[in-house]
Amino acid sequence: MVGIFQSWNIALSIFNLCLISAVMTMGANIQWGYAGLINFGIMGYTALGGLAAVLISVDPVQEAWRAGGFDILMSLWLIVVMVLVIRFVLKRFEKSKIRTYSIAAIIISGILLIRFSAEPGIEAIEAVDPAKTGFLGGFGLPIIFSWIVGALFAGGLAFIVGKVALGLRADYLAIATLLISEIVIAIIKHEDWLTRGVKNVIGLKRPAPYEVDLQTTDWFIKLVEKFNSGKLSVIENLADRQAALNQLVIEGSSVFVKLCYSGLFLVVVIILLILTQKALYSPWGRMMRAIRDNEEAANAMGKNVVKQHLLIFILGSAIVGIAGAMLVTQDGLFTPGSYRPMRYTFLIWVMVIVGGSGNNFGAILGGFVVWFLWIEAAPISLFLINFFTAGIPETNALKSHLIESVPYFRFLLMGLGLLFIMRYRPKGILPEKIEIK
Amino acid sequence: MDFVNAIILLLNYIFIPALTYGSQLALGAIFVTLIYGILRFANFATGDMMSFGTMMTILFTWYFQSLGVSLGILPTALLAIPFGVIFMIFYMLLIDKFVFQYYRNQKSPPVQFAMVSIGVMFVTQAVVRIIIGPGDRRFFDGEKFIIKAREFKEMTGLNEGLALKSTQVITIFVTIVLVSLLFWFLNRTKTGKSMKAYSDNEDLALLSGIDPKKIVLVTWVIAGILATIGGALYGLDKSFKPFTYFNNMLPIFAAAIVGGIGNPFGAFLGGYVIAFSEILLTYAYKKFFMYILPESMEPSSLVQLLSTDYKFAVSFSILVIVLIYRPSGIFKGKVL
Repeated sequence: MVGIFQSWNIALSIFNLCLISAVMTMGANIQWGYAGLINFGIMGYTALGGLAAVLISVDPVQEAWRAGGFDILMSLWLIVVMVLVIRFVLKRFEKSKIRTYSIAAIIISGILLIRFSAEPGIEAIEAVDPAKTGFLGGFGLPIIFSWIVGALFAGGLAFIVGKVALGLRADYLAIATLLISEIVIAIIKHEDWLTRGVKNVIGLKRPAPYEVDLQTTDWFIKLVEKFNSGKLSVIENLADRQAALNQLVIEGSSVFVKLCYSGLFLVVVIILLILTQKALYSPWGRMMRAIRDNEEAANAMGKNVVKQHLLIFILGSAIVGIAGAMLVTQDGLFTPGSYRPMRYTFLIWVMVIVGGSGNNFGAILGGFVVWFLWIEAAPISLFLINFFTAGIPETNALKSHLIESVPYFRFLLMGLGLLFIMRYRPKGILPEKIEIK
Repeated sequence: MDFVNAIILLLNYIFIPALTYGSQLALGAIFVTLIYGILRFANFATGDMMSFGTMMTILFTWYFQSLGVSLGILPTALLAIPFGVIFMIFYMLLIDKFVFQYYRNQKSPPVQFAMVSIGVMFVTQAVVRIIIGPGDRRFFDGEKFIIKAREFKEMTGLNEGLALKSTQVITIFVTIVLVSLLFWFLNRTKTGKSMKAYSDNEDLALLSGIDPKKIVLVTWVIAGILATIGGALYGLDKSFKPFTYFNNMLPIFAAAIVGGIGNPFGAFLGGYVIAFSEILLTYAYKKFFMYILPESMEPSSLVQLLSTDYKFAVSFSILVIVLIYRPSGIFKGKVL
């Protein structure tokens, strides 16, 4: 529809982001719909996925490694040693006040030690050509691998968070995860040696061809010619025809690149959909529902509630991590400053609730519908305002104020949508199907 | 003399700003805690409700300024706050009637309330941005400083100046008055006591003839007062920007939980705990040590424990630690 009204290019970019949102929503849906775990830290996992994309695909900055690589590796060793010492203390000694204090002391002194040992290295790295690099770079592998690595990163974080926070009651878990994701973003924003921080990483490698290359490739030009042969044959003049063809090739190349992305993302969505559907109707899925609906009973039946909660927390977060890596892949740039809880946590939750929690198709539908409305809310509300105020002259203060604030109507639309769905259809558009045999 | 200089330095850069910031957080935290204790849900719309109240205050400030009314050396906003409070309470009661009441009658679980409050958050954010726009606004007028840094230096002959902004004094003064009134209300009056009883054990309170509708109404009224004044004071001291207010929700939550959620006094102190730890951990102590230590031992680095970028992260880490080791908060709130 947008393809007809605006352009195929915009339609495809919305479609791609819909696919990515669908993946994120599936991740959140696994946690909330299957297991009833509330995770407001989606933003943090998305950002970690994006970080993975950077670390995998960017070429290593040799100079920076020479300047400060040794110090950074030393600090990593220190962290490992610290964790091992803490584990040793935990295992070896009985639980007591002294043990708690000594662990705290180890952590604090370790952090101070790392700060002092890493400081010169970090400064050296950040001093290497700060306008262009100033960070360690990555491994220079194809960016597709980062989708898996992003999942691993996010899963790893989820393991730590889960160990810490999963014992909390639902709304506390929500607050704790929200705050932890803010901490993650703060670290990504300010550790310039790793991520370039707010200086952003641009020009990441692509899994799809570049537009400029396509425009000079023969088979692509022929393809465009074939598609538009009807339109082109109307033009008689040869020079005009060539100019029109060129224009079409330029347009076509960006559409083609977006189509490549859509294909890749579709594959991911379909694989995840198959896996999650299988999981939902497997004995494991039934067990998760049992745990969600009655924890005590499931516990009494011998199911390890804590372990399963942790597992599903990791799985869901890993899926969100994939989506984060996909997002950075499609944008080709990593901007830590753009990770905001409104866009990456609460909007995803609106998708989950609106689509239908516990239903994978509902999650995908929610991702599509909500993202589409989020993007198109401004044009739609502009149209509505113009429609309702048609009788008022253009210079009217109220009208011009309303037209100026059109971008914010999307918040209103989302909020009202969420409230109405919660009130009149609390299970979402596609409610969870439970088969009773 | 160096010692006095060092003390003044700490007062100027740590103690007074932290006390001000802590007061602003404390008001918000009491708001969160009251809603949690009596209406029993974590209100994710906290920050945005505060920004709504501040917005109303700003609108009235502009109105008074256009009329030419002012309070002389005091900011006009102080005159506008009561009107802002009325609108805020009206807005909250409206939301309660159309949104929260339904779920309260259904006896929905707290998670559902939290989700609904996210819807309210979206709507409020939209309303604020549509009416006043997302930009940064300053609405402070009147005398800016009570003591200027330079005057202080001349007066005392010290190297370090002590600047005292009037907004800081107003914030601390208003907070003390408001909080003492609130505690008097909660502990001494019949309505206050019945609110506490309702928060403690709903069924028992209902059995003893407490009217739940009245309790809810009074809670929203108090919440409106706290939200508007807290928000307006923050806006006076710094500036008003809807996005900042939304972000402030996080340290406010941290303060409420650290103090023990459901416990207003804990929330009050929690605000200061969060504010002081944020500022203490991110302040660069180099100058302080230069005054205190003999010249040979002067530190070469900034002596900063964490860079200021991690300001928010500090309060969140404190919260996480408290949640792990003492989930009911420092001052025993509801057990999670």
